[in-house]
Amino acid sequence: MFKIHFKLILISSVYWAAYAQASEDISISAVNLHTRVLAASCAACHGTLGRAVTGSSLERNAVLAGRDPEDFTKKMFGFKDGSRRGTVMHHHAKGLTEAEIKQLALFFSQQKSAEIDPLNPQTLNTHHE
Amino acid sequence: MNKSHFNRRDFIKAAGVIGGLSFSCAVFSMANKPPMGRVVIIGGGYAGTTAAKYIRLWSLGAVEVIVIEKSSQFVSCPMSNLVLGGTRTIHDLTFSYDLVKKNHGVKWVEDEVISINTEVKKVMMKRGEISYDRLIVAPGVDFNYEVLPELKTTEAQQKIPHAWKAGWQTVNLRKQLEAMPDGGVFVMTIPKAPYRCPPGPYERACQVASYFKTNKPSSKVIVLDANAEVISKKGLFLKAWAELYPSIVDYRPDSPIKSVDVASKTISTDFEKIKAHVLNVIPPQTAGKPAKMANLLEPDYPWCEVDFLTYESKTVPYVHIVGDSVASGLPKSAHIATSQARVCASAIVELMKGQSPDPAPVFANTCYSYVDDKQAMHVANVFRYDAPKKIMVPAEGGGVSAKPSQEEGVYAKAWAQNIWADVLT
Repeated sequence: MFKIHFKLILISSVYWAAYAQASEDISISAVNLHTRVLAASCAACHGTLGRAVTGSSLERNAVLAGRDPEDFTKKMFGFKDGSRRGTVMHHHAKGLTEAEIKQLALFFSQQKSAEIDPLNPQTLNTHHE
Repeated sequence: MNKSHFNRRDFIKAAGVIGGLSFSCAVFSMANKPPMGRVVIIGGGYAGTTAAKYIRLWSLGAVEVIVIEKSSQFVSCPMSNLVLGGTRTIHDLTFSYDLVKKNHGVKWVEDEVISINTEVKKVMMKRGEISYDRLIVAPGVDFNYEVLPELKTTEAQQKIPHAWKAGWQTVNLRKQLEAMPDGGVFVMTIPKAPYRCPPGPYERACQVASYFKTNKPSSKVIVLDANAEVISKKGLFLKAWAELYPSIVDYRPDSPIKSVDVASKTISTDFEKIKAHVLNVIPPQTAGKPAKMANLLEPDYPWCEVDFLTYESKTVPYVHIVGDSVASGLPKSAHIATSQARVCASAIVELMKGQSPDPAPVFANTCYSYVDDKQAMHVANVFRYDAPKKIMVPAEGGGVSAKPSQEEGVYAKAWAQNIWADVLT
């Protein structure tokens, strides 16, 4: 029993150190509170930190992580002023301030892109409601 | 009285650790709380799971997070109408919690909450109890059967499924539709707003009609809406019904139901009695049970008032509410649930550091509805905090699709893949 506990604690502390490191990389302490929440709100279509699911049909447009901030700003300003045709993005861009768009551009440009696999579904348990 | 003598080793013994981070039964003491404290979250849906993940991320792992969830799997309500249409199965929408637990060190208790003592900041479950520094209540909706007592029993709900929480109820309704003969009548009822997923019932009418159109073309979909009109994407749904399902969908606004005869599947309104082959009553809704246990509901309104900067209850300190249980003008959608959860997560991390939350949060909502097996349409808005009114209001420029399209059907699928990956990994 003691051995198991010891291992567990050891694994835990290594794990926590690594987690804190990884979190530090991606949370960017310089990012203000406003932008971290707003940027995270884009995740429903664009993935956590702009890392859209790989292979999703929108991948090319959806990956924001590592995007050139000028390209991001130009497109969003275009959606905002109506000069760029959008399917859905004009409904978002018009609701954001120019300062927010610039902050988002900076935030996403600082994220490393990554391969994100779609989640694997599983069989629903018989005891589920 | 308290369990402060309870040390880490005892705790591990008592808890039955699986993989170091998840617990099958629980007695959690405050003795080992990490430097920034402990947040307990009731509910592992879109809102609760998102709050858990982002508190861990934004606190750099310094806030301990324990989720209490009674189900062992996550089943997505968004996309579940497609199970009724026949283009998805419930197993395509069912996921494990393992990755979000493992990736972020979220502790997890599979148990049911039986009471909450907000005076001593403790949650009691069937198999244990947990103390908290801050509590997040994210229970989704509860069904109000006070007004429809005939549907209170499990037997009645088997015969007349709500299918408004995705799971076997959804499968049950699909099986009834499959068993229905051509020429049959499917009746569905919509409660007065607010309820979970404003466009959901109208999308459901489309999905069932789409299935009938291909497989049982002489059948009908009768929609009895307690509201005076279609309350979401109105023009688009009316057009879809008229163009795609003119002989199938029969929409009747201002038709609240009075009673249900369960045995004969007959429904009564003020004006008429309709006998259905398949009957789907979406019951009136309130904030979820744990919100009631913590006395978070308004006296004459069954939802919870919050401070929109922190999602802390306006009546009970150190208790936050996110997701469908919140009283607000915001639509009760999965995307809004996750957005609220992140504002709450960010604020809690700052409060625990002794700092101030963002004084003017902004977030987005995108919600897709499928009108058939391939075409979808959206409603999308940015919401901003209005400081004088102290509520979230829609920003300028939001709106709906010009028309449903296959392109947006593809977008809707990508939305689901990305929100699932965000919430559950």
